[in-house]
Amino acid sequence: MGGLEKKKYESGAATNYITRNKARKKLQLSLADFRRLCILKGIYPHEPKHKKKVNKGSTAPRTFYLLKDIKFLLHEPIVGKFREYKVFVRRLRKAYGKQEWDAVERIKDGKPTYKLDHIIKERYPTFIDAVRDLDDALSMCFLFATFPRTGKCHVQTIQLCRRLSVEFLNYVVASRSLRKVFLSIKGIYYQTDILGQTVTWITPYAFSHDHPTDVDYRVMATFTEFYTTLLGFVNFRLYQTLNLQYPPKLDSRSEAELKVEDEEKYALESETYMEKLAALSASLSRVIPSEPEEEAEVDEFPADLENSGFEEERKKQQQEEEKHKTLFVGLKFFLNREVPREALAFVIRSFGGQASWDSSVGIGATYDSSDTSITHHIVDRPTVEPQIINRYYVQPQWVFDSVNARMLLPVEDYFPGVLLPPHLSPFVVEKEGDYIPPEKQRLLALQRGERIANEEDEDDDDDDDEEEEEEEDDDDDEEEQEDESEKKVQKTHGQKKLNVKVTAGTVKVEDKVRAAEREKNEEKRLAIMMMKKKEKYLYNKIMFGKKRKVKEANKLALKRKAHDDASKSERKGKKSKKQ
Amino acid sequence: MKRRSAENQEAEAPQEMLLRGDGVMSDGEDTDLSDSEESQYSGLEDSGSDSSEDEDGGKAPQETKDLVTGGSNEYEQDSSDEEDIRNTVGNIPMEWYKDFPHIGYDLDGKKIFKPLRDKDQLEEFLDKMENPDYWRTVHDKKTSQDIKLTDEQVDLVDRLQRGQFGDVKFDPYEPSVDFFTHETMIHPVTNRPADKKSFIPSLIEKEKVSKLVHAIKMGWIRPRKPRDDTPTYYDLWAQEDPNAILGRHKMHVPAPKLRLPGHEESYNPPPEYLMTEEEKLAWEQQDPEDRKLTFLPKQHTSLRIVPAYSRFIHERFERCLDLYLCPRQRKMRVNVDPEDLIPKLPKPRDLQPFPTTQSMVYCGHTDLVRCISICPSGQWIVSGSDDSTLRFWEVCTGRCMKTVHLDGAIKSVSWNLNPSMVLVAACVERSVVILNPGLGDRLLCSSTDQYIEGYQPPEEQNQQPVTWVVAEGADYEQGLRLRIHHEKAVKQVTWHGRGDYFAVVLPDNGNAQVLIHQLSRRRSQNPFRKSKGLVQRVQFHPTRPFFFVATQRSVRVYNLLKQELTKKLLANCKWISSIAIHPAGDNLIYGSYDSKLAWFDMDLSTKPYKVLRHHKKALRAVAFHRQYPLFASGSDDGSVIVCHGMVYNDLLQNPLIVPVKVLRGHEITRDLGVLDVIFHPTQPWVFSSGADATIRLYT
Repeated sequence: MGGLEKKKYESGAATNYITRNKARKKLQLSLADFRRLCILKGIYPHEPKHKKKVNKGSTAPRTFYLLKDIKFLLHEPIVGKFREYKVFVRRLRKAYGKQEWDAVERIKDGKPTYKLDHIIKERYPTFIDAVRDLDDALSMCFLFATFPRTGKCHVQTIQLCRRLSVEFLNYVVASRSLRKVFLSIKGIYYQTDILGQTVTWITPYAFSHDHPTDVDYRVMATFTEFYTTLLGFVNFRLYQTLNLQYPPKLDSRSEAELKVEDEEKYALESETYMEKLAALSASLSRVIPSEPEEEAEVDEFPADLENSGFEEERKKQQQEEEKHKTLFVGLKFFLNREVPREALAFVIRSFGGQASWDSSVGIGATYDSSDTSITHHIVDRPTVEPQIINRYYVQPQWVFDSVNARMLLPVEDYFPGVLLPPHLSPFVVEKEGDYIPPEKQRLLALQRGERIANEEDEDDDDDDDEEEEEEEDDDDDEEEQEDESEKKVQKTHGQKKLNVKVTAGTVKVEDKVRAAEREKNEEKRLAIMMMKKKEKYLYNKIMFGKKRKVKEANKLALKRKAHDDASKSERKGKKSKKQ
Repeated sequence: MKRRSAENQEAEAPQEMLLRGDGVMSDGEDTDLSDSEESQYSGLEDSGSDSSEDEDGGKAPQETKDLVTGGSNEYEQDSSDEEDIRNTVGNIPMEWYKDFPHIGYDLDGKKIFKPLRDKDQLEEFLDKMENPDYWRTVHDKKTSQDIKLTDEQVDLVDRLQRGQFGDVKFDPYEPSVDFFTHETMIHPVTNRPADKKSFIPSLIEKEKVSKLVHAIKMGWIRPRKPRDDTPTYYDLWAQEDPNAILGRHKMHVPAPKLRLPGHEESYNPPPEYLMTEEEKLAWEQQDPEDRKLTFLPKQHTSLRIVPAYSRFIHERFERCLDLYLCPRQRKMRVNVDPEDLIPKLPKPRDLQPFPTTQSMVYCGHTDLVRCISICPSGQWIVSGSDDSTLRFWEVCTGRCMKTVHLDGAIKSVSWNLNPSMVLVAACVERSVVILNPGLGDRLLCSSTDQYIEGYQPPEEQNQQPVTWVVAEGADYEQGLRLRIHHEKAVKQVTWHGRGDYFAVVLPDNGNAQVLIHQLSRRRSQNPFRKSKGLVQRVQFHPTRPFFFVATQRSVRVYNLLKQELTKKLLANCKWISSIAIHPAGDNLIYGSYDSKLAWFDMDLSTKPYKVLRHHKKALRAVAFHRQYPLFASGSDDGSVIVCHGMVYNDLLQNPLIVPVKVLRGHEITRDLGVLDVIFHPTQPWVFSSGADATIRLYT
């Protein structure tokens, strides 16, 4: 047993991690600066595998950073900028105190600034990485863009957020990459497909915010600082891929269309152009002024026998996607003043439709409601008085549902004043055994090209559900049946003394399938008995989860059935009253 | 005190005033006055610092004196011709001089005599009436003289009474003089001419400026920060290198994306996703952390009435917090098909024969059947019950052939394994009875009887722990042949394979918990000197001279020939209830009260080869089949589980254990289910006795 005694916690996991306070001391930063740095550099705590080993035997709750991360922060040039800024603030305060105004001016002139370009390059080495991580950035920017210009954060930040979000929307419109939209009670979710990456973000409904007091806006502002930089670079690159000018410029032709005599009515002169862009009603100008070129066609490869099916499927999918992109092409929409203009204009334009509104609502209206070529008039009020023939009056949900269904849905369900069909989430992908609401089933049938009468379909669905439930219960029933038969045997034994009487027996038909199944089940049960303790635990856990899922699905189905029954009986009652 | 200080102030005011007046008026020749002044000051100071009681009294005369002296014509009294009538007795009550003709002494030390005659009241009154100056006359007690106040003095008193300043000339509302003025004066304080250096440009400064200019020219320093010309946004990923990923990215755990919303989050969800009233209530009562949904699903009939979501900013903020505060860890999700976890065992169908169905129920006992045993031929079965009867049944018909009434609950019963004898041993309370059931071959029965009767008692009777008694009379009619009385209750009896020896367990018998009896010589012996724990079960090895003793937590194997402990098997359980030995003798199973069944491969290890937790409740009995590779266990949960337990001749191959059948039938009474389990010696049949007073046969 030679050698030095090995001390505990001097190697291995304990040395790979560092607590937050120690990290802060090592970096010589205040907590606020450390937080900023972590947010900007994307450093986050790690949960060690063996917490007790890392915590040197203690079980106190602590957050640990990777020591490597912290060492990596030591070389960050921004840390120096933080310190410079601290000095700057101190000097400025002193100058203010001494009322040396020219010194104040001079010091202000030398305000230290920092750029986050290198951090973005470092955190997202490739462009695709950046696009993949765009979800939070977009949600945050869209939220900040709706903040009032006073109070919670700098006006410049809000304006920048607004600018970037409008640019992004314009890109989505130009590239037609919007895929799904969902009106939730929280806000509107959008999902786009950018360069093969799915990007989802949420925008709040256009109301003023009730600013909560228990939210630290400094944290949010730091995040926004990073996100705006990221989004700006991403926008630049995205515009480049489409050969669009950045910063975006309106097409000269469409700009002329949008020209209004009295623009001052809408916005300040400085904001007019921005508002026009935000209206999304005009196309953007391109670097090379030409019509959008056709997408590069995939060359026809000599079809292998193996791959031909796959290839065909891919082709079909591509065609479908193409069809989806041009869903609203040729349609002309008119938005009434009570509908959310921005959301609808964005969705309609991204699927190739044209949208306009009353010119008194906002800038960017291209035609007014009397235009006879309008195909859909989107209305969100119970009745519309002077209805013009040759256009559909529909509620806004029709647009969103059609986009999610990848087809123009029948408009009858969406007429003004009509009780709307439920709005389903397009993000739910039902797996085997999940509950599928009947509306979704109908939609799937529609997509497959079937068209079934409503009522019958509903009933069929219900029946199916019931059958499924029965099957699930079967397993349990079998055991009970066995027990019962045994009990019966016992009873007959008990009655043996009373009267001996022979009755003609009936032939019991042996259900072979059932017997085989029962045997199989028993086999399984016996095998489960032989499982190791650990595996049995895991198995039970998985089965518990599965059962819970089934239970939840059943519960939903039952609820739906109860609701349908109630509504049906209500309808019948009404009918009988009428008669 | 307050009042006093007020008085003092009142008193001070005139004095001050007087002083001032003096200062202005007299240019200091009067020694006398200065003297009085001093005294006054001292008095003042006294009154200020010291607060003795007598002060008041002492002051009054001084005041009066001041009043007297303070007049305009001071020299009048000071004139040499007039007597100085100042009294020097000091500040004393004047009644002390009541009985003397004088009232004190003057400055020269001469007595001051009282006036010859004091004024009586009448005179006083007359004086008051006649004297026009009476109102301004003051009586000086010290000198007993009347002093007439002058006009000024009266005036002064008058003013003081009115609360005015004593000095007429004093103006309390004088305009204040601004000594340290705030206004900047145009003229310098000093009239010193300016320095020369203020006219001449400084050389040092010039040097410094030229240095700066030079530095600026050379571009060493810049007066202003240069404008950053790079645009805010440019193509950052112009030269992207996908391989340039930092080392730390190896440990990078990307933040999981937020979960996408389901149908329930829709503004107009399908009706089944809305919460019922009870669910809503339950949701509200839950802690916000425990809630499955962070919001209440709500249905809006149209888009225009959807309100703003009040927690929108909160949720964004929480996401931010999660991103930078939440510790991240890579969690490996178990993505297994649960079916894969189930071990692949040979199908029970391939392991036949084994009992599958209940085919016979032996009814007749009235209380729980504790023990059963089967004859070596497999034709008869004997059962002992708590209703103190021993019943013999025919296996195939279920007929009760014989009932033997004994005097107590039967704890254990065992059929002699020797095929040439028909004997059954049973434990009844403190005794073990050996009986001849008289079933089967007559010849065998009679030869057994002869064998027992042919016993010759030895010459010298040695000490025995038990007494052997030959049964007679009614007992003999029932079939009882021998009765062995023990000191304590007997729990178990088991025969040796040859049928001559049998062992009994007496748990309460101190260090003689196990006794081995020899039938042929009617001799008993205690094999162990010391007790090694509470003995639960004992068993003879089927072929070799080994003896198994199961205590609470271990099984000991003794070599009977060498008389030594060969092996100690450590049971991994709390309390062993039963053991059974494989007919080949190398394997052993035990059942325990903590619902475990363990298989020992004695050649392999002293630890269990396999522990099975099939049963839900305590195991009561375990049994091996003598021919087939089967073993069974009976438990309090009312089930008998039959397992296939194949032992291979090849030592390298471990035994194969597969459960093949769960047999149910016994009803659970008083929390007890199956109490004993045995196999048929030749057929793959299993018998079980239960607490529901029945014996069941499964074939």
